[in-house]
Amino acid sequence: MVAQEVEKEPEETLQPKTDFGPPHYEIMLHPVVKKNYGKWAYHEAVRPGVIKRVAESGDVIYTVRFGTPRLLSIYTVREICEIADKYCDGYLRFTSRHNVEFILTDPDKIEPLIKEVQEKLGFPCGGTRDTTNAKYCLSNIIHTQGWVHCHTPATDASGIVKSVMDELYDYFTDYKLPAQCRISLACCANMCGAVHASDISIVGVHRKVPKIDDDAVRRTCEIPSTVAACPTGALKPDMKRKTVVLDKDKCMYCGNCYTMCPGMPIFDPDNDGVAILVAGKVSDARYPPQLSKVVVPWIGNNPPRWPEVVQTIKKILETWATHAEKYERIAEWVHRIGWERFFELTGLEFTEKLIDDYKRTPYIYASYRTSAAFRW
Amino acid sequence: MPVVDGVELPETPLLDELEKGPWPSFVKEIKKTAIEQEKAMKAGKKIKLPGAAKGLLKVLELAYKDKRTHWKHGGIVSVIGYGGGVIGRYCDLEDQIPEVWHFHTIRINMPAGWFYTTKALRTICDVWEKWGSGLTNFHGSTGDIILLGTRTEYLQPCANALAYADQLYGGVPFDIGGSGSDLRTPSACMGPALCEFACYDTLKACYEFTMRYQNELHRPMWPYKFKIKCSGCPNDCVAAKARSDFAIIGTWKDEIQIDQEAVREYAKVIDIEEHVVKKCPTKAISWDGKELKINNRECIRCMHCINVLPKALKPGKERGATILIGGKAPFVDGAIIGWVAVPFIPENELIEKCCEMLEAIWEWWDEEGKFRERVGELIWRKGMDEFLKVINQKADVRMVYAPRNNPFIFWRELNE
Repeated sequence: MVAQEVEKEPEETLQPKTDFGPPHYEIMLHPVVKKNYGKWAYHEAVRPGVIKRVAESGDVIYTVRFGTPRLLSIYTVREICEIADKYCDGYLRFTSRHNVEFILTDPDKIEPLIKEVQEKLGFPCGGTRDTTNAKYCLSNIIHTQGWVHCHTPATDASGIVKSVMDELYDYFTDYKLPAQCRISLACCANMCGAVHASDISIVGVHRKVPKIDDDAVRRTCEIPSTVAACPTGALKPDMKRKTVVLDKDKCMYCGNCYTMCPGMPIFDPDNDGVAILVAGKVSDARYPPQLSKVVVPWIGNNPPRWPEVVQTIKKILETWATHAEKYERIAEWVHRIGWERFFELTGLEFTEKLIDDYKRTPYIYASYRTSAAFRW
Repeated sequence: MPVVDGVELPETPLLDELEKGPWPSFVKEIKKTAIEQEKAMKAGKKIKLPGAAKGLLKVLELAYKDKRTHWKHGGIVSVIGYGGGVIGRYCDLEDQIPEVWHFHTIRINMPAGWFYTTKALRTICDVWEKWGSGLTNFHGSTGDIILLGTRTEYLQPCANALAYADQLYGGVPFDIGGSGSDLRTPSACMGPALCEFACYDTLKACYEFTMRYQNELHRPMWPYKFKIKCSGCPNDCVAAKARSDFAIIGTWKDEIQIDQEAVREYAKVIDIEEHVVKKCPTKAISWDGKELKINNRECIRCMHCINVLPKALKPGKERGATILIGGKAPFVDGAIIGWVAVPFIPENELIEKCCEMLEAIWEWWDEEGKFRERVGELIWRKGMDEFLKVINQKADVRMVYAPRNNPFIFWRELNE
């Protein structure tokens, strides 16, 4: 077969260009946003998903928020663009939690915009809060790649998120919560999603030790870095055989070694699953930032819709929403009622698996101020 | 095989379950991409990877059946001049699903605050329709635009297409973001662009850091990753405290500004005592039905009262930021929320002071840090006293909740 002469695309012949950085944010700002930059006076909640922002100049901007599945087709992004051209002079933004926000000046266009987005894209309007009146929507679930694209996950991400949000849909579109609730999902303990300070977090966990493939370790791994990746010192180099050995009693299945070394696969379809954590937060409001705490050590993977995970999340959310006072996030609610009552009210089982025995986090950390809240 | 609009789709009974229900479906997004990209190709558009989305459906269906991932470690793939920004990804079913045998991710540095024009978004769509799977994430966890899945030989043309987008596509050029042991793409809340709470210009700070540290962002050279996030106030909408090694949290030092008339307006619709006074963590607020008084010496600037009464209360005028250091996920020494490294930097000195500190921290961490040791863990290992010397800061009681509860103090200066 004769190799065919293929005509090269212009992109294939250009000299690579580097280090020019992202586009400047100023070119992305709606003219009214640019004009009133740094000069906003106040905001108010119009309805779930819609916030009115008033500038010192008297100018008004509305932001209209919609939940997205994060994984978007370019053909959907183009449809988003068409809608933004029609209603928003071509300006929009995304939030830190996978929502899209349309930016517009004419309040009469809000309802038609919401209708068009819901009809064409199926994205729900919501996810905001009315802090003045202590009325909150659930925010979108921030999440990672999972089985869609990651090599180390203990669970899928998008499938659980879709299943949970289907069940909690009305909480996103309506003000049904007494305080902010941020749910996050990371598909392994590597936590690209950094879910460790969320009101409710779902974390993929393994429960069986990695299976060391000596030949693959020899071919594909750097032994010192693999050994160094182990937080508990369970891995030791075996220099003679040019591989690693594992002390099963020390391993807590974090998978960090597999991240470093393909020769230590840790997947186990029957034993992988998720842990559920609660009562984390990052805002300083009322109560200092908190790390999330494990309240369910493991629920097995049950694709495609993970019903046990969905029902557990729903139970926690609704128990909290029923019993919490206004503005009381899960962390603050538990602080008031005590963990005894948390487990009693949610019906979750407290077991020895929930008592911390991970010794690497130093004791000193408890005295460090993890907050910008202090007196002058 | 189901056929939609003349395009054959693979059988995906498990994934089809995730098209049901009211929340927008990622499975629909993948199917839509498979259908539309094939249609675009048939209509004469230049498309290099028409089967990628279809391939992803097949891989994902198998993952759902097998209850495990079918993606493998990446190996080193990149574009010329950069060491980061591209995540190599291969499928372990090469023979079965060759369409996604290579399925590398490209991270694209988003504009600060995630503000876009439709022209800029369409640039991404046009480039990725031609050179990749047509699948994206808006956005990835660190904040980048994620382009999901292309082949090794298309990485450079795709990067070129984005870099020369103005000439080739009549669009907006985009550069690649960070990955691996480098400075990850810095991110910022919407800040002064839309929010009256912003105590410094988060977008400007984020942009300045990104531009000044392009070398650190594109060329992994450190013990591990380093993240910078800019939040305009202590509400921390980008979760900087938990998700960045170097968190810049806007705050103020003087008195909360009060518009008493606006407070009285709020009092007509809400119970100020219940919503504000009783919720103040330091009991610094009183309300007599006419006037709201704040004891600013007791105020810890937590934002609650301002959040509830945004028309009436504003952060003070002496604005700036608190720097928290060390935030990260659990590997290796456990999850960390960052802690106070500098209690306050005035707004007009903020960017320069941060840069001085960042450069000093990186030099120290690069020298002292172990492989895969984040800066917070290095500080735990070496001690805050050493870290404070590195950043040239005096100890301040605001760095801790309480002093130490043991007398085992290192008096190194007496024992050298």
